[in-house]
Amino acid sequence: MAEVIHPEEQLLEIDVDQLLTKAMELKKAGFRLSQACAAYVNEKFELSYSFADDKTYQYTTLRVVIDTDTEVPSITDIVPPAVFYENEMKELFGVKIKMINLDYENRFYRIETETPFGPKEAAASEEKKEEA
Amino acid sequence: MGKRSVIPFGPQHPVLPEPIHIDLVIEDEKIVEAIPSVGFIHRGLESLVDRRDYNQMTYVVERTCGICSFQHGMGYCEAMEHVFGAEIPNRAKYLRTIWAELGRMHSHLLWLGLLADGFGYENLFYQCWRVREKVLDLQEMTSGGRLIFSVNKVGGVIKDIDKEKLDIILSTITEVEAELKVIKDTFLLDYSVQSRLQGVGIVTKEQAHDLGACGPFARASGIKTDMRKLGYGAYPDLDFEPIVSATGDSYARCYCRIMEIFQSIDLLRQAIAKIPDENELFTPVKGNPEGEYFMRVEQPRGEAVYYVKASGKPYLDRFRVRTPTFANLPGLCEMLKDTQLSDVGLLVLTIDPCISCTER
Repeated sequence: MAEVIHPEEQLLEIDVDQLLTKAMELKKAGFRLSQACAAYVNEKFELSYSFADDKTYQYTTLRVVIDTDTEVPSITDIVPPAVFYENEMKELFGVKIKMINLDYENRFYRIETETPFGPKEAAASEEKKEEA
Repeated sequence: MGKRSVIPFGPQHPVLPEPIHIDLVIEDEKIVEAIPSVGFIHRGLESLVDRRDYNQMTYVVERTCGICSFQHGMGYCEAMEHVFGAEIPNRAKYLRTIWAELGRMHSHLLWLGLLADGFGYENLFYQCWRVREKVLDLQEMTSGGRLIFSVNKVGGVIKDIDKEKLDIILSTITEVEAELKVIKDTFLLDYSVQSRLQGVGIVTKEQAHDLGACGPFARASGIKTDMRKLGYGAYPDLDFEPIVSATGDSYARCYCRIMEIFQSIDLLRQAIAKIPDENELFTPVKGNPEGEYFMRVEQPRGEAVYYVKASGKPYLDRFRVRTPTFANLPGLCEMLKDTQLSDVGLLVLTIDPCISCTER
């Protein structure tokens, strides 16, 4: 029988000011960036940065909830592979992320619609649903 | 210091079945920097959550990719089952494991063929794909689809595999195993193959970790990680350990994937021997989902993350899939540094890139 690991899975809600500190703490604790993504819920952006420990399989997600016009610092200086996730959040949702190490300036995804998952598109989608 | 110039690689290139573009900054023939661009075939599948309910999304998610289609559907359903708090029947767990391992076998055989083609060994390419056809036949026999099965459902699976078909799987994987041993020796012992792969594109354990690498790419650099250890499907009942290598070069990546095919054969034998004789294939889920969950699944290319967030409506607030290729892009860029321009095509292949997944 295989040894099954039941890792601790944490969801930590933090302020945007704590993001860099917490990311640094997790990096120093041996975690790697597993994923980062945005969601537009209740007219706010929910940003999730998930870190994984490959030894214990522990999974910790930092959750930052911000207004749509709030600027978020990039974590790419601390966690370089965040560069593609942050460009994705910026282009698909319109999250304002400052100081990304490699900012593609809306050319990471070659799509016609500007911020297709962002507030404007979400509102249009809600209207369509109500009509239906 | 030589003169620097930029050479575009892709989006159309003989070694790339799918489009990705990399700007290669070179000095003489040596790469000093690699900057990738994706997005040529971005489909926005995740945004369909506001038009398709959570059950319909199963079929959307399966179509993220043609190679690891089943595992996409399984990862999404497992995430939704956590949100619902549903425990699926044991037989369904075993069936999912059997299909997942068949998928891993055909994906790795596909990659081995592409790698052989990449370094100009066409006969080896034919052999790999010939063996892969047998696995595809098994998938078609058990699900009705060669690549896209549509057997997953939130709560379990909708098709069973009877005893007769399980016996055919056992006899076929024994044939595949015998043929794979010959192929394995060619990949791992042939002088010309070794000369193209050994010592090329080295990624150290520290680099792989810092760059967020996953799957066989990370394991080839010595990181012992495998999401199947988390205990989804029937994996808690099966005996296996992650296959790792320490050298971190292209040869190690090839070694890990070949040995993982043998491991999949072993897991299939274990799963078929232990599959419970039950009639129930799914647990009905009631109401609409409410909550969120990050589900991690070990796909052929590595850890895939499925995030679902629901607020008591049939439509999810957010669905997100982070594919292994997306996570391995930073590692690819680092790996290309200090290599020769002539090795780039082969090195890009060694992460087993799946751009359709990345461009979900």
